[in-house]
Amino acid sequence: MNAAANATPVARAANPVDGAQPLLRVDRLSMRFGGLLAIDDLSLDVAARRITGVIGPNGAGKTTFFNCLTGFYKPTLGSIRLNHPQRGLLRLEKMASHQVARRAQVVRTFQNIRLFPQMTVLENLIVAQHNALQHASRFSLAGLFGLPGYRRAETAAIAKAVGWLERLKLIAHADSAAGALPYGMQRRIEIARALCVDPLLLCLDEPAAGLNPRESAELNELLKHLAGDEGIAILLIEHDMSVVMNVSDHVCVLNYGRKIAEGSPAEVQRDANVIKAYLGEEDGEEAPGAHPPANTQTVENAR
Amino acid sequence: MSALVFAQQPVSFAERLRDAAATAFIALLLGVPMIGLTTVDQGGALRIATRWPALFAFVGVCFAGRLLLRWGIDYWRAQRQSAARAASAASAEQQPATSLLLRRAGWLALLVALVLPIVFADNRYVVDTATTVLIYVMLGWGLNVVVGLAGLLDLGYVAFYAVGAYTYGLLATQFGWGFWQALPVAGAMAATFGIVLGWPTLRLRGDYLAIVTLGFGEIIRVILVNWTEMSGGPNGITSIPRPSFFGLPFKPPGDEPTFASFFGLEYSPHQRIIFLYYLILALALLTNLFVSRLRKLPIGRAWEAMREDEIACKAMGINARNVKLSAFALGAMLGGFAGVFFAARQGFISPESFTFNESAIILAIVVLGGMGSQLGVVLASLVLVLLPELGRDFAEYRMLLFGAAMILIMIWKPGGILARREPTLAYRSAEAGR
Repeated sequence: MNAAANATPVARAANPVDGAQPLLRVDRLSMRFGGLLAIDDLSLDVAARRITGVIGPNGAGKTTFFNCLTGFYKPTLGSIRLNHPQRGLLRLEKMASHQVARRAQVVRTFQNIRLFPQMTVLENLIVAQHNALQHASRFSLAGLFGLPGYRRAETAAIAKAVGWLERLKLIAHADSAAGALPYGMQRRIEIARALCVDPLLLCLDEPAAGLNPRESAELNELLKHLAGDEGIAILLIEHDMSVVMNVSDHVCVLNYGRKIAEGSPAEVQRDANVIKAYLGEEDGEEAPGAHPPANTQTVENAR
Repeated sequence: MSALVFAQQPVSFAERLRDAAATAFIALLLGVPMIGLTTVDQGGALRIATRWPALFAFVGVCFAGRLLLRWGIDYWRAQRQSAARAASAASAEQQPATSLLLRRAGWLALLVALVLPIVFADNRYVVDTATTVLIYVMLGWGLNVVVGLAGLLDLGYVAFYAVGAYTYGLLATQFGWGFWQALPVAGAMAATFGIVLGWPTLRLRGDYLAIVTLGFGEIIRVILVNWTEMSGGPNGITSIPRPSFFGLPFKPPGDEPTFASFFGLEYSPHQRIIFLYYLILALALLTNLFVSRLRKLPIGRAWEAMREDEIACKAMGINARNVKLSAFALGAMLGGFAGVFFAARQGFISPESFTFNESAIILAIVVLGGMGSQLGVVLASLVLVLLPELGRDFAEYRMLLFGAAMILIMIWKPGGILARREPTLAYRSAEAGR
């Protein structure tokens, strides 16, 4: 990835609020655990077909934000509104976690990978299509007798899973137990599984954690492909700045539950508050994303 | 010296000697009061005598025995390690072979089950015991849905067995319902109870769920003991009608047509026993077919996914409540069917038959068999029912034998007798099928 490619995100970065209505609007969200205010008055817009990065030091409330978004926590205050193209306005903060995935099509992955370890990779991806298949199996009755309607649905589900496995270069491992595969591969399986739910908004919680430089370069390409070609909005929590700054169209920085900066990656990198909170004050290093040449080299080789 | 070191490198002879000497020293310490000194009766007075030769022989035996044991364990470990290394190298090709072998074993077991009452037509004891095994197989397959597939530890499964049995008992004695009429009603009743139990436990997992289900099992039993007007209390329900062969009763020849007279056979009491055997065999096979089919459907995969990771299931849009309740309901329904058969076979039921002990045995069958494995349940039922039967000669030691056997199985096969999980669908075969 050369200087020109490095500049691309800056060029592409448009304030998501500029265009039409945003896909997701988080308004004055707060989450309190006893005495701890994990999220403090957070407002954020997520544009459709764009990658929005959420960064911040450990404990800044990023994962808590995801948990509020996907129905695992009920926020103390505030609203999360999703503008669903078919179903209209959905209030995510009022929905149960499975409804968020099913009706709002907001799907997440987890910081500590949560696969179904004993099931095969293919089965993992089929489970993700449970609702469609369960509907086709008519409360299991059509499935029990193997009626053609159900068989067609199952074939379609397998085809979809195989399609994602092929695109994510996992097809060789389709029949392996998911828990037995290497870490980087498990990360990709989790993304493939989430994609099988047909997400409108994909929330990735540190997808690059534990990946080697080559793998995270591949992840960059995948995320750009998903947002650009598949039209999936992506909300990305990530510590790996080579990923966040390269792929994000828009970055939001949290610290102690508050939003301290927002804007294009270039703007965020220049922001004094961010440098102070995120990198420490006396740190003479360059802003995040401006990576040492060695790393850039590796990325180039990987392509 | 840790076991790990023993497992990885051969131990020097001196080290083994030291180990054996330590054992011999402990033997000596224990042996002095227990073997070295003894009391003898000398003209009415007790005197202490010494038995040093016996003591030294004992210490010597301990020394040699320990040496041999240590050597044996090391040898066995080395063997196992090299075997494991060889197996992991060849496991890729072995997997389909194992599943083929298992399938053949399943068909063989079915064949044996089919011809057994023909071979042992005159041996009531064998057919009766085989019927008992099959009841447990069916219960195991039912509980396998809840514990093995959905991963919900249920210690009160016998409650649904009791609900099924009492539903049939009451419908038959109070309202004159037949076996086949009562079977679906009793199954539905048990499934309802399954949902009633499942509802309050939806948020519980693991140990907590086990305690609540244990309590539920006891509640049902206590109600059966105390609600005398409904259940007959501790006296139970007597003279429950036996199932008939599509309306033809198994009776000595009389006015109405019986099974024997209809088919022109000579009446024999064995006919009913054999009929009951085939009845439970059919019920058990239907259960197996039903559960294996469900496992390959979305609901079955959701059960297994729920066992693996409930949070991930929710994130995939799966309604955890429905998935859990369906597992409870279907597991309970199968238990209820088994209960109906039990009541029909015994002709008499009382709360005595539905104690926690039964729940524990059914759970042991599922766990010993290998969670989720259908053939494993058959093997475990054979072991758990036949061992106490075979142990009858050992009188009161038989439960000891039974316990020891269970511990040994868990040491050798910690995941159960058949712990391997068969995938519900495979990319390779899906491709080939196209």
